[in-house]
Amino acid sequence: MAEHADRTPQIPELAPRVRLLFLGDSAITLELPQEHAERVLGLAAALDERIAAGAFPGARETVPAIRSVTLHFDPLKADPDSWLKALEEIAAAMPTARPEPRQWVLPVCFDAEFAPDLAEIAGKPADFIEALTTTAVTVKMLGFLPGFAYMGDVPEMCRAPRRKTPRSVVPAGSVAVAGPMCAAYPWTSPGGWNLVGRTPAKLFDPANTERPALLAPGDLVRWKAVSRAEFDRS
Amino acid sequence: MIIIDPGMAVAVQDTGRFGLRRFGVPVAGALDPVLLACANALLGNPSDAAGLELLVSGPILAADEGSVAVALAGDVSAQRIAADGATSPVKPWTAVVLAAGEQLKIGAPRTGIAYLAVSGGIRSAPMLGSRATYRRAGLGGFLEKGGDLPCSAPGALHRGKEWHWENGPIRVVPGPQDDHFQPESLDALERETFKVGPASDRMGLRLSGKALAHNDKGAEIPTDGVVPGVIQVPGDGQPIILLADGQTTGGYAKIATVISADLPRLGHLRPGDAVRFKRVTRREARAALKERQAAFERWCAALSGAAGEIDHEALYRANLISGAVSGVDE
Repeated sequence: MAEHADRTPQIPELAPRVRLLFLGDSAITLELPQEHAERVLGLAAALDERIAAGAFPGARETVPAIRSVTLHFDPLKADPDSWLKALEEIAAAMPTARPEPRQWVLPVCFDAEFAPDLAEIAGKPADFIEALTTTAVTVKMLGFLPGFAYMGDVPEMCRAPRRKTPRSVVPAGSVAVAGPMCAAYPWTSPGGWNLVGRTPAKLFDPANTERPALLAPGDLVRWKAVSRAEFDRS
Repeated sequence: MIIIDPGMAVAVQDTGRFGLRRFGVPVAGALDPVLLACANALLGNPSDAAGLELLVSGPILAADEGSVAVALAGDVSAQRIAADGATSPVKPWTAVVLAAGEQLKIGAPRTGIAYLAVSGGIRSAPMLGSRATYRRAGLGGFLEKGGDLPCSAPGALHRGKEWHWENGPIRVVPGPQDDHFQPESLDALERETFKVGPASDRMGLRLSGKALAHNDKGAEIPTDGVVPGVIQVPGDGQPIILLADGQTTGGYAKIATVISADLPRLGHLRPGDAVRFKRVTRREARAALKERQAAFERWCAALSGAAGEIDHEALYRANLISGAVSGVDE
């Protein structure tokens, strides 16, 4: 049998099309036809429930993303081919989840030292700051780095393409925009987003074993401008 | 054990931190968990016990209170330094007992990476369920001059054969986004030789070679989940293979994924090394992993001083060199 045949299982005619994509022998991504936050979270929750009930022996964890959920498993213990029908059925039931959104107000300092890209991408920095701090953004997913939350959508005025050449060092706490998204870097790392400010908020706490990341998908975040003096005090 | 000199790029690693990828936390852990398991097996430790991953220059460690057993796996050697300053060589693939006051000076691996296991495994405080080091977020164990690596008294002491990784092409399963590439690109992935670039590290291997062209679906995708071993291809067509410290999600199309059986081999590649790939099916990937597991079990079964027995020869040799009275305290 052609290998590709079992990468795209048969889906009932009227069921919403979910593609099952294997990542080698250690994960399957269940991909929705388009971005849909409630269906992504619903699918992740439904899979978690079935994993906890023992339906997928060897399954390790699920990772919700923009329009997909990745199911990781132990390749020595799992037999994912025996899961395909159950996965299709779970996806076809179109579970949705709308977690009660937690609301966060995160301080951000737009001091020029923290915002090397602000002048270049904003016609008037003051207008950019006004637009960014008056629009609540939703956490779409976590990824890239521990506690790194992809948030959107930012107002049109605050959008800018990724930098052509990523920086090799983006300081921890940097608040950045790319396309319709904004984010804060919890850790110093390389990065290609445009740096527009810095937050003193602690976005990841390894001591919190249940929920080490401050933000979770579905959370609402509003940025609040703070002065340099306030930033330095916090 | 006390850390006299932390060496360079030495880190505590176990088999990784699972269950936290949804928070953006990479698995981390040993780049070659099989070699770590070999080092552990030489001391009768569980396969997933934490050890030291050695990459550049090794550390100098000292048994401070009571004796400690150590074992090296990989292309590396070390020196034992007695309290009176006398030195003697320590070879890999053999358990060695260090008496209190003795030091172990570990060299740089001559090729690839290597591991040091200690009796009982390194028992540093786990963070988020694992001792694996992930430097960027300050997770795991860091070696500092004067720091401590908690371990147990010597238990089993074994000697094993060298573990050899085969040299053939790295086997990959196409996808998950092979449909974003020109058909020629998949052929090129298998036909061409790629070179490991200088910007490679535990996060990933940056390869250079013939550009792998995308089709009109392009290089970017809505960010989705990745695994160590995925081959991402950005717009410039030069592949990046994510490794243990790689991010949990990515926005570039992934042409293929390295099979679990071959993933540990990637950890041994150094800048300038050549890499070739070979396409296999998932069924073949599964068979290869089972075969690798069986090979490891055969390797363990061939250890001298098998489980449950005391390896008198190894003990005698260890005690002869160290002068310690006993090597089997618990």
